[in-house]
Amino acid sequence: MCSSTVKLDITISTGSKVPIYKQITDQIWLAVASGKLAVGDQLPSVRVLAEELVVNPNTIAHAYADLTRDGLIESRAGRGVFIVHKRQVFTPEEAWRRLEPLLDAAIGEAMALNFSHDELKEAFEKKLGQWKAAMKGKPSDE
Amino acid sequence: MNEPPAISVRDLTRYFGSKPAVEGLNLDVPRGSVFAFLGRNGSGKTTTIRMLLGLVQPTRGRGSILGYDIRNLPTEARARIGYLTEEHQLYGWMNVRECGEFQSSFYPRWNEKIFRGVVGHFNLRLTTRVKHLSRGERAGLCLGLTLAPEPELLIMDDPTLGLDPVASRSLIESMIYLTRRSGRTIFFSSHQLADVERVADKIAILDRSVLRVCSPLETFRQSVQRVRLRFSGPPPPLPAIPGLLQAVRTKGELRLTCVNYGAAAEAALRALAPAELERVPLSLEEAFISYLGDRGEKSFILAETESESETEAQP
Repeated sequence: MCSSTVKLDITISTGSKVPIYKQITDQIWLAVASGKLAVGDQLPSVRVLAEELVVNPNTIAHAYADLTRDGLIESRAGRGVFIVHKRQVFTPEEAWRRLEPLLDAAIGEAMALNFSHDELKEAFEKKLGQWKAAMKGKPSDE
Repeated sequence: MNEPPAISVRDLTRYFGSKPAVEGLNLDVPRGSVFAFLGRNGSGKTTTIRMLLGLVQPTRGRGSILGYDIRNLPTEARARIGYLTEEHQLYGWMNVRECGEFQSSFYPRWNEKIFRGVVGHFNLRLTTRVKHLSRGERAGLCLGLTLAPEPELLIMDDPTLGLDPVASRSLIESMIYLTRRSGRTIFFSSHQLADVERVADKIAILDRSVLRVCSPLETFRQSVQRVRLRFSGPPPPLPAIPGLLQAVRTKGELRLTCVNYGAAAEAALRALAPAELERVPLSLEEAFISYLGDRGEKSFILAETESESETEAQP
Protein backbone atom coordinates (compact mmCIF):
# COMPACT_ATOMS: atom_id res chain seq x y z
CA MET A 1 0.00 0.00 0.00
CA CYS A 2 1.39 3.35 -0.84
CA SER A 3 1.60 5.86 1.95
CA SER A 4 2.15 9.09 0.06
CA THR A 5 -0.81 10.88 -1.44
CA VAL A 6 -1.32 10.63 -5.15
CA LYS A 7 -1.33 13.64 -7.37
CA LEU A 8 -4.86 14.13 -8.67
CA ASP A 9 -5.21 15.55 -12.11
CA ILE A 10 -8.45 17.41 -11.65
CA THR A 11 -9.56 20.29 -13.82
CA ILE A 12 -12.23 22.66 -12.59
CA SER A 13 -14.27 24.64 -15.05
CA THR A 14 -16.31 27.45 -13.64
CA GLY A 15 -19.39 28.60 -15.51
CA SER A 16 -20.29 24.98 -16.24
CA LYS A 17 -23.71 23.43 -15.82
CA VAL A 18 -22.00 20.83 -13.65
CA PRO A 19 -21.43 22.01 -10.07
CA ILE A 20 -17.80 21.98 -8.92
CA TYR A 21 -18.29 19.23 -6.32
CA LYS A 22 -19.75 17.06 -9.07
CA GLN A 23 -16.85 17.79 -11.43
CA ILE A 24 -14.52 16.52 -8.68
CA THR A 25 -16.45 13.33 -7.94
CA ASP A 26 -16.84 12.59 -11.66
CA GLN A 27 -13.11 12.93 -12.28
CA ILE A 28 -12.17 10.76 -9.31
CA TRP A 29 -14.60 8.07 -10.44
CA LEU A 30 -13.08 8.25 -13.91
CA ALA A 31 -9.53 8.03 -12.53
CA VAL A 32 -10.47 4.86 -10.64
CA ALA A 33 -12.30 3.37 -13.60
CA SER A 34 -9.35 3.99 -15.91
CA GLY A 35 -6.81 2.62 -13.47
CA LYS A 36 -5.06 5.91 -12.72
CA LEU A 37 -6.13 5.47 -9.12
CA ALA A 38 -6.05 2.09 -7.41
CA VAL A 39 -7.35 0.68 -4.17
CA GLY A 40 -5.15 1.82 -1.30
CA ASP A 41 -4.13 5.09 -2.93
CA GLN A 42 -4.31 8.02 -0.59
CA LEU A 43 -6.11 11.18 -1.67
CA PRO A 44 -5.00 14.65 -0.62
CA SER A 45 -6.71 16.12 2.44
CA VAL A 46 -9.66 18.45 1.99
CA ARG A 47 -7.49 21.44 2.85
CA VAL A 48 -4.67 20.53 0.49
CA LEU A 49 -6.99 19.83 -2.43
CA ALA A 50 -8.94 23.05 -1.78
CA GLU A 51 -5.77 25.10 -2.03
CA GLU A 52 -4.53 23.20 -5.05
CA LEU A 53 -7.77 23.55 -7.01
CA VAL A 54 -8.53 27.00 -5.52
CA VAL A 55 -12.03 26.15 -4.41
CA ASN A 56 -13.85 26.48 -1.11
CA PRO A 57 -12.88 23.63 1.28
CA ASN A 58 -16.56 22.92 1.90
CA THR A 59 -16.93 22.06 -1.78
CA ILE A 60 -14.15 19.46 -1.50
CA ALA A 61 -15.72 18.14 1.70
CA HIS A 62 -19.03 17.82 -0.16
CA ALA A 63 -17.33 15.84 -2.96
CA TYR A 64 -15.54 13.56 -0.48
CA ALA A 65 -18.75 13.00 1.46
CA ASP A 66 -20.51 11.88 -1.73
CA LEU A 67 -17.65 9.54 -2.64
CA THR A 68 -17.66 8.10 0.88
CA ARG A 69 -21.41 7.55 0.72
CA ASP A 70 -20.98 5.81 -2.64
CA GLY A 71 -18.32 3.53 -1.22
CA LEU A 72 -15.39 4.68 -3.34
CA ILE A 73 -13.31 6.29 -0.62
CA GLU A 74 -12.92 5.93 3.11
CA SER A 75 -11.60 8.32 5.69
CA ARG A 76 -9.32 6.70 8.25
CA ALA A 77 -8.96 8.62 11.47
CA GLY A 78 -5.64 10.40 11.71
CA ARG A 79 -4.33 8.89 8.51
CA GLY A 80 -6.23 10.38 5.64
CA VAL A 81 -8.58 9.52 2.84
CA PHE A 82 -8.10 6.34 0.80
CA ILE A 83 -9.56 4.65 -2.22
CA VAL A 84 -11.22 1.51 -0.90
CA HIS A 85 -12.73 -1.52 -2.53
CA LYS A 86 -14.93 -0.37 -5.33
CA ARG A 87 -18.33 -1.77 -4.76
CA GLN A 88 -20.99 -1.90 -7.39
CA VAL A 89 -22.93 1.01 -6.05
CA PHE A 90 -25.39 1.58 -8.81
CA THR A 91 -28.28 -0.68 -9.64
CA PRO A 92 -28.18 -1.77 -13.28
CA GLU A 93 -31.10 0.58 -14.05
CA GLU A 94 -29.28 3.50 -12.43
CA ALA A 95 -26.09 2.69 -14.31
CA TRP A 96 -27.99 2.72 -17.61
CA ARG A 97 -29.69 5.93 -16.66
CA ARG A 98 -26.27 7.51 -16.12
CA LEU A 99 -24.85 6.12 -19.33
CA GLU A 100 -27.56 7.53 -21.55
CA PRO A 101 -26.78 11.25 -21.33
CA LEU A 102 -23.09 10.52 -21.88
CA LEU A 103 -23.86 8.68 -25.10
CA ASP A 104 -26.32 11.35 -26.19
CA ALA A 105 -23.75 14.08 -25.68
CA ALA A 106 -21.03 12.24 -27.59
CA ILE A 107 -23.27 11.22 -30.47
CA GLY A 108 -24.89 14.63 -30.70
CA GLU A 109 -21.55 16.41 -30.96
CA ALA A 110 -20.26 13.88 -33.44
CA MET A 111 -23.31 14.28 -35.67
CA ALA A 112 -22.82 18.03 -35.62
CA LEU A 113 -19.35 17.31 -36.98
CA ASN A 114 -20.95 15.37 -39.84
CA PHE A 115 -19.73 11.90 -39.00
CA SER A 116 -21.65 9.09 -40.54
CA HIS A 117 -23.26 6.25 -38.69
CA ASP A 118 -20.56 3.79 -39.78
CA GLU A 119 -17.67 6.12 -39.07
CA LEU A 120 -18.96 6.61 -35.53
CA LYS A 121 -19.33 2.90 -34.95
CA GLU A 122 -15.80 2.32 -36.15
CA ALA A 123 -14.41 5.15 -34.00
CA PHE A 124 -16.21 3.78 -30.97
CA GLU A 125 -14.78 0.27 -31.48
CA LYS A 126 -11.31 1.68 -31.92
CA LYS A 127 -11.54 3.74 -28.73
CA LEU A 128 -12.76 0.74 -26.77
CA GLY A 129 -9.75 -1.18 -28.01
CA GLN A 130 -7.40 1.57 -26.89
CA TRP A 131 -8.93 1.66 -23.41
CA LYS A 132 -8.73 -2.09 -23.10
CA ALA A 133 -5.05 -2.04 -24.02
CA ALA A 134 -4.32 0.86 -21.67
CA MET A 135 -5.99 -0.85 -18.72
CA LYS A 136 -4.25 -4.16 -19.21
CA GLY A 137 -1.78 -4.87 -16.44
CA LYS A 138 -3.22 -2.14 -14.24
CA PRO A 139 -4.16 -3.44 -10.82
CA SER A 140 -7.89 -3.87 -10.69
CA ASP A 141 -9.80 -3.75 -7.42
CA GLU A 142 -7.94 -5.53 -4.64
CA MET B 1 -22.46 26.83 16.65
CA ASN B 2 -24.16 29.14 19.11
CA GLU B 3 -21.77 31.98 18.45
CA PRO B 4 -23.50 35.08 17.16
CA PRO B 5 -23.22 35.58 13.39
CA ALA B 6 -20.25 37.59 12.11
CA ILE B 7 -22.70 40.03 10.58
CA SER B 8 -26.36 40.38 11.48
CA VAL B 9 -28.71 43.11 10.29
CA ARG B 10 -32.44 43.63 10.71
CA ASP B 11 -34.60 45.96 8.66
CA LEU B 12 -31.48 47.85 7.62
CA THR B 13 -32.57 50.71 5.40
CA ARG B 14 -30.91 53.71 3.87
CA TYR B 15 -32.51 56.43 1.81
CA PHE B 16 -30.66 59.02 -0.19
CA GLY B 17 -33.24 61.76 -0.44
CA SER B 18 -36.49 60.01 -1.32
CA LYS B 19 -34.69 57.18 -3.09
CA PRO B 20 -34.08 53.93 -1.22
CA ALA B 21 -30.56 52.53 -1.63
CA VAL B 22 -31.21 49.62 0.70
CA GLU B 23 -34.68 48.67 1.87
CA GLY B 24 -35.49 46.51 4.90
CA LEU B 25 -32.45 44.25 4.70
CA ASN B 26 -32.41 41.20 6.97
CA LEU B 27 -29.20 39.23 6.75
CA ASP B 28 -27.10 36.87 8.85
CA VAL B 29 -23.58 35.98 7.82
CA PRO B 30 -22.49 32.91 9.81
CA ARG B 31 -19.00 32.81 11.27
CA GLY B 32 -16.54 30.87 9.19
CA SER B 33 -18.46 31.33 5.97
CA VAL B 34 -17.28 32.75 2.68
CA PHE B 35 -20.27 34.86 1.78
CA ALA B 36 -20.74 36.45 -1.63
CA PHE B 37 -22.93 39.52 -1.86
CA LEU B 38 -24.30 39.80 -5.39
CA GLY B 39 -26.50 42.11 -7.36
CA ARG B 40 -26.45 44.39 -10.33
CA ASN B 41 -24.82 47.80 -10.32
CA GLY B 42 -26.72 50.21 -8.13
CA SER B 43 -28.60 47.48 -6.26
CA GLY B 44 -27.32 48.70 -2.89
CA LYS B 45 -24.32 46.48 -2.18
CA THR B 46 -21.79 49.22 -1.54
CA THR B 47 -24.20 51.22 0.62
CA THR B 48 -24.82 48.08 2.69
CA ILE B 49 -21.10 47.50 3.15
CA ARG B 50 -20.53 51.11 4.11
CA MET B 51 -23.33 50.91 6.67
CA LEU B 52 -21.78 47.76 8.15
CA LEU B 53 -18.53 49.62 8.66
CA GLY B 54 -20.16 52.69 10.16
CA LEU B 55 -19.19 54.85 7.18
CA VAL B 56 -22.84 55.57 6.32
CA GLN B 57 -25.56 55.86 8.96
CA PRO B 58 -28.69 53.79 8.34
CA THR B 59 -31.97 55.65 7.97
CA ARG B 60 -33.69 52.83 9.84
CA GLY B 61 -32.94 49.40 11.23
CA ARG B 62 -30.05 47.95 13.18
CA GLY B 63 -27.07 45.73 12.74
CA SER B 64 -24.14 44.17 14.49
CA ILE B 65 -20.76 43.06 13.30
CA LEU B 66 -18.74 40.62 15.44
CA GLY B 67 -21.34 41.39 18.09
CA TYR B 68 -20.74 45.17 18.08
CA ASP B 69 -23.45 47.67 17.16
CA ILE B 70 -22.65 49.12 13.76
CA ARG B 71 -23.82 52.59 14.79
CA ASN B 72 -20.97 52.81 17.22
CA LEU B 73 -18.03 50.58 16.35
CA PRO B 74 -15.30 50.81 18.98
CA THR B 75 -11.63 50.87 17.95
CA GLU B 76 -11.03 47.32 19.22
CA ALA B 77 -13.77 46.11 16.84
CA ARG B 78 -12.14 47.85 13.88
CA ALA B 79 -8.86 46.10 14.67
CA ARG B 80 -10.64 42.75 14.22
CA ILE B 81 -12.22 43.69 10.90
CA GLY B 82 -10.29 43.92 7.66
CA TYR B 83 -11.76 46.14 4.98
CA LEU B 84 -10.30 46.02 1.51
CA THR B 85 -11.12 48.91 -0.76
CA GLU B 86 -9.59 50.45 -3.77
CA GLU B 87 -9.16 53.75 -2.03
CA HIS B 88 -6.66 52.26 0.41
CA GLN B 89 -4.61 55.17 1.63
CA LEU B 90 -1.14 54.58 0.26
CA TYR B 91 1.68 57.06 -0.02
CA GLY B 92 3.37 56.94 -3.40
CA TRP B 93 6.80 57.72 -2.03
CA MET B 94 6.82 54.74 0.37
CA ASN B 95 8.15 51.40 -0.75
CA VAL B 96 6.35 48.14 -0.08
CA ARG B 97 8.25 47.38 3.13
CA GLU B 98 7.68 50.87 4.49
CA CYS B 99 3.95 50.59 3.83
CA GLY B 100 3.92 47.46 5.99
CA GLU B 101 5.88 49.15 8.78
CA PHE B 102 3.62 52.18 8.69
CA GLN B 103 0.42 50.14 8.74
CA SER B 104 1.67 47.82 11.49
CA SER B 105 2.04 50.75 13.87
CA PHE B 106 -1.76 51.07 13.97
CA TYR B 107 -2.41 47.47 14.90
CA PRO B 108 -1.68 45.75 18.20
CA ARG B 109 -1.62 42.46 16.34
CA TRP B 110 0.45 42.38 13.17
CA ASN B 111 1.72 39.24 11.50
CA GLU B 112 4.71 40.21 9.38
CA LYS B 113 4.91 36.66 8.00
CA ILE B 114 1.44 37.04 6.48
CA PHE B 115 2.32 40.45 5.05
CA ARG B 116 5.50 39.09 3.43
CA GLY B 117 3.65 35.97 2.29
CA VAL B 118 0.90 37.89 0.51
CA VAL B 119 3.14 40.46 -1.17
CA GLY B 120 5.44 37.60 -2.17
CA HIS B 121 2.47 35.75 -3.62
CA PHE B 122 1.85 38.76 -5.87
CA ASN B 123 5.55 38.85 -6.77
CA LEU B 124 6.15 42.25 -5.23
CA ARG B 125 9.64 43.42 -4.30
CA LEU B 126 9.87 45.05 -0.89
CA THR B 127 11.93 47.92 -2.27
CA THR B 128 9.52 48.99 -5.05
CA ARG B 129 7.88 52.37 -4.49
CA VAL B 130 4.08 52.43 -4.41
CA LYS B 131 3.90 54.90 -7.30
CA HIS B 132 5.66 52.36 -9.52
CA LEU B 133 3.26 49.51 -8.80
CA SER B 134 0.79 48.24 -11.38
CA ARG B 135 -2.88 48.00 -10.51
CA GLY B 136 -2.66 44.29 -9.72
CA GLU B 137 0.46 44.83 -7.61
CA ARG B 138 -1.27 47.60 -5.69
CA ALA B 139 -4.15 45.22 -5.03
CA GLY B 140 -1.64 42.68 -3.69
CA LEU B 141 -0.09 45.27 -1.39
CA CYS B 142 -3.50 46.38 -0.11
CA LEU B 143 -4.44 42.78 0.51
CA GLY B 144 -1.22 42.20 2.46
CA LEU B 145 -1.89 45.29 4.56
CA THR B 146 -5.45 44.12 5.20
CA LEU B 147 -4.60 40.51 6.04
CA ALA B 148 -1.50 41.01 8.21
CA PRO B 149 -3.49 42.13 11.27
CA GLU B 150 -5.24 38.72 11.01
CA PRO B 151 -8.80 40.06 10.88
CA GLU B 152 -11.55 37.75 12.09
CA LEU B 153 -13.83 39.24 9.48
CA LEU B 154 -12.67 40.34 6.06
CA ILE B 155 -14.97 42.62 4.08
CA MET B 156 -14.21 43.33 0.45
CA ASP B 157 -16.12 45.47 -2.00
CA ASP B 158 -15.64 44.03 -5.46
CA PRO B 159 -12.03 42.97 -4.80
CA THR B 160 -11.19 41.66 -8.27
CA LEU B 161 -12.55 44.70 -10.11
CA GLY B 162 -10.09 45.77 -12.76
CA LEU B 163 -7.58 43.02 -11.99
CA ASP B 164 -6.05 40.88 -14.70
CA PRO B 165 -6.77 37.13 -14.52
CA VAL B 166 -3.47 36.31 -12.82
CA ALA B 167 -3.78 38.94 -10.10
CA SER B 168 -7.41 38.03 -9.67
CA ARG B 169 -6.51 34.36 -9.17
CA SER B 170 -3.85 35.32 -6.61
CA LEU B 171 -6.49 37.19 -4.69
CA ILE B 172 -8.86 34.24 -4.74
CA GLU B 173 -6.03 31.96 -3.59
CA SER B 174 -5.40 34.29 -0.68
CA MET B 175 -9.07 34.07 0.24
CA ILE B 176 -8.91 30.27 0.33
CA TYR B 177 -5.71 30.52 2.34
CA LEU B 178 -7.40 32.79 4.86
CA THR B 179 -10.03 30.14 5.63
CA ARG B 180 -7.25 27.91 6.99
CA ARG B 181 -7.81 29.37 10.40
CA SER B 182 -11.24 28.24 11.43
CA GLY B 183 -13.86 30.80 12.26
CA ARG B 184 -12.54 33.39 9.82
CA THR B 185 -15.36 35.01 7.88
CA ILE B 186 -15.16 36.60 4.45
CA PHE B 187 -17.94 38.83 3.16
CA PHE B 188 -17.39 40.16 -0.35
CA SER B 189 -19.34 41.73 -3.16
CA SER B 190 -18.56 40.74 -6.72
CA HIS B 191 -19.74 40.53 -10.29
CA GLN B 192 -17.29 37.75 -11.11
CA LEU B 193 -19.51 34.70 -10.89
CA ALA B 194 -16.63 32.37 -11.76
CA ASP B 195 -14.80 33.54 -8.63
CA VAL B 196 -17.98 33.32 -6.60
CA GLU B 197 -18.53 29.75 -7.75
CA ARG B 198 -15.03 28.80 -6.61
CA VAL B 199 -14.85 30.40 -3.21
CA ALA B 200 -18.30 31.16 -1.84
CA ASP B 201 -20.37 28.80 0.24
CA LYS B 202 -23.26 31.20 0.70
CA ILE B 203 -24.70 33.94 -1.47
CA ALA B 204 -27.10 36.81 -1.07
CA ILE B 205 -28.60 38.68 -4.01
CA LEU B 206 -29.80 42.25 -3.77
CA ASP B 207 -32.12 43.46 -6.47
CA ARG B 208 -33.08 47.11 -6.61
CA SER B 209 -32.44 47.65 -2.90
CA VAL B 210 -34.29 44.49 -1.82
CA LEU B 211 -32.82 41.17 -0.74
CA ARG B 212 -34.21 38.40 -2.93
CA VAL B 213 -31.86 35.49 -2.31
CA CYS B 214 -29.99 34.36 0.77
CA SER B 215 -29.00 30.72 0.64
CA PRO B 216 -26.17 28.27 0.09
CA LEU B 217 -24.81 28.71 -3.43
CA GLU B 218 -25.86 25.22 -4.49
CA THR B 219 -29.40 25.76 -3.23
CA PHE B 220 -29.75 28.84 -5.40
CA ARG B 221 -28.43 27.07 -8.46
CA GLN B 222 -30.82 24.16 -7.96
CA SER B 223 -33.75 26.47 -7.31
CA VAL B 224 -33.57 27.97 -10.76
CA GLN B 225 -34.45 25.34 -13.34
CA ARG B 226 -34.93 25.27 -17.04
CA VAL B 227 -37.55 22.93 -18.45
CA ARG B 228 -37.92 22.08 -22.11
CA LEU B 229 -41.19 20.79 -23.49
CA ARG B 230 -41.47 19.40 -26.97
CA PHE B 231 -44.75 19.18 -28.84
CA SER B 232 -45.65 17.47 -32.07
CA GLY B 233 -47.59 20.54 -33.18
CA PRO B 234 -47.43 24.17 -32.11
CA PRO B 235 -47.15 24.53 -28.31
CA PRO B 236 -50.44 25.23 -26.51
CA PRO B 237 -50.94 28.47 -24.56
CA LEU B 238 -49.21 28.42 -21.21
CA PRO B 239 -51.30 28.26 -18.02
CA ALA B 240 -50.16 30.11 -14.89
CA ILE B 241 -47.05 28.32 -13.65
CA PRO B 242 -45.90 29.18 -10.14
CA GLY B 243 -42.40 30.69 -10.14
CA LEU B 244 -42.14 31.19 -13.88
CA LEU B 245 -39.28 33.56 -14.70
CA GLN B 246 -39.11 33.32 -18.42
CA ALA B 247 -40.86 31.53 -21.25
CA VAL B 248 -39.44 31.16 -24.75
CA ARG B 249 -41.70 29.76 -27.43
CA THR B 250 -40.38 28.28 -30.65
CA LYS B 251 -41.85 26.03 -33.27
CA GLY B 252 -42.78 22.84 -31.47
CA GLU B 253 -40.99 23.79 -28.28
CA LEU B 254 -41.53 25.68 -25.05
CA ARG B 255 -38.52 26.59 -22.95
CA LEU B 256 -39.30 27.76 -19.46
CA THR B 257 -37.10 29.00 -16.68
CA CYS B 258 -38.68 28.58 -13.28
CA VAL B 259 -37.74 29.19 -9.72
CA ASN B 260 -38.58 26.62 -7.02
CA TYR B 261 -39.75 24.24 -9.72
CA GLY B 262 -41.61 21.48 -7.93
CA ALA B 263 -44.31 18.86 -8.21
CA ALA B 264 -47.11 21.41 -8.68
CA ALA B 265 -45.40 23.15 -11.57
CA GLU B 266 -44.46 19.84 -13.15
CA ALA B 267 -48.06 18.58 -12.93
CA ALA B 268 -49.29 21.78 -14.59
CA LEU B 269 -46.82 21.27 -17.43
CA ARG B 270 -47.58 17.56 -17.83
CA ALA B 271 -51.22 18.52 -18.25
CA LEU B 272 -50.23 20.21 -21.52
CA ALA B 273 -49.42 16.72 -22.79
CA PRO B 274 -45.99 17.45 -24.26
CA ALA B 275 -44.33 14.73 -26.32
CA GLU B 276 -41.29 15.20 -24.14
CA LEU B 277 -40.49 17.06 -20.94
CA GLU B 278 -36.90 17.53 -19.98
CA ARG B 279 -35.15 19.41 -17.21
CA VAL B 280 -32.02 21.19 -18.33
CA PRO B 281 -29.39 22.17 -15.76
CA LEU B 282 -28.20 25.77 -15.68
CA SER B 283 -24.84 27.27 -14.92
CA LEU B 284 -24.60 29.69 -12.04
CA GLU B 285 -24.33 32.58 -14.46
CA GLU B 286 -27.41 31.54 -16.44
CA ALA B 287 -29.34 31.07 -13.22
CA PHE B 288 -28.27 34.51 -12.03
CA ILE B 289 -29.18 36.24 -15.28
CA SER B 290 -32.56 34.51 -15.58
CA TYR B 291 -33.28 35.34 -11.99
CA LEU B 292 -32.52 39.02 -12.23
CA GLY B 293 -33.88 39.52 -15.72
CA ASP B 294 -36.74 41.92 -16.11
CA ARG B 295 -39.27 39.39 -17.29
CA GLY B 296 -41.26 37.19 -15.00
CA GLU B 297 -42.72 37.65 -11.59
CA LYS B 298 -40.72 38.48 -8.50
CA SER B 299 -39.75 35.57 -6.36
CA PHE B 300 -37.58 34.97 -3.35
CA ILE B 301 -35.16 32.29 -2.25
CA LEU B 302 -34.51 32.89 1.39
CA ALA B 303 -33.48 29.51 2.70
CA GLU B 304 -33.21 29.04 6.41
CA THR B 305 -29.62 28.42 7.50
CA GLU B 306 -28.52 25.79 10.05
CA SER B 307 -29.80 27.87 12.89
CA GLU B 308 -33.49 27.92 12.17
CA SER B 309 -33.41 31.69 12.27
CA GLU B 310 -36.34 33.60 10.93
CA THR B 311 -35.35 35.33 7.76
CA GLU B 312 -38.67 36.87 6.96
CA ALA B 313 -39.10 39.35 4.10
CA GLN B 314 -41.58 37.66 1.87
CA PRO B 315 -43.18 40.07 -0.60
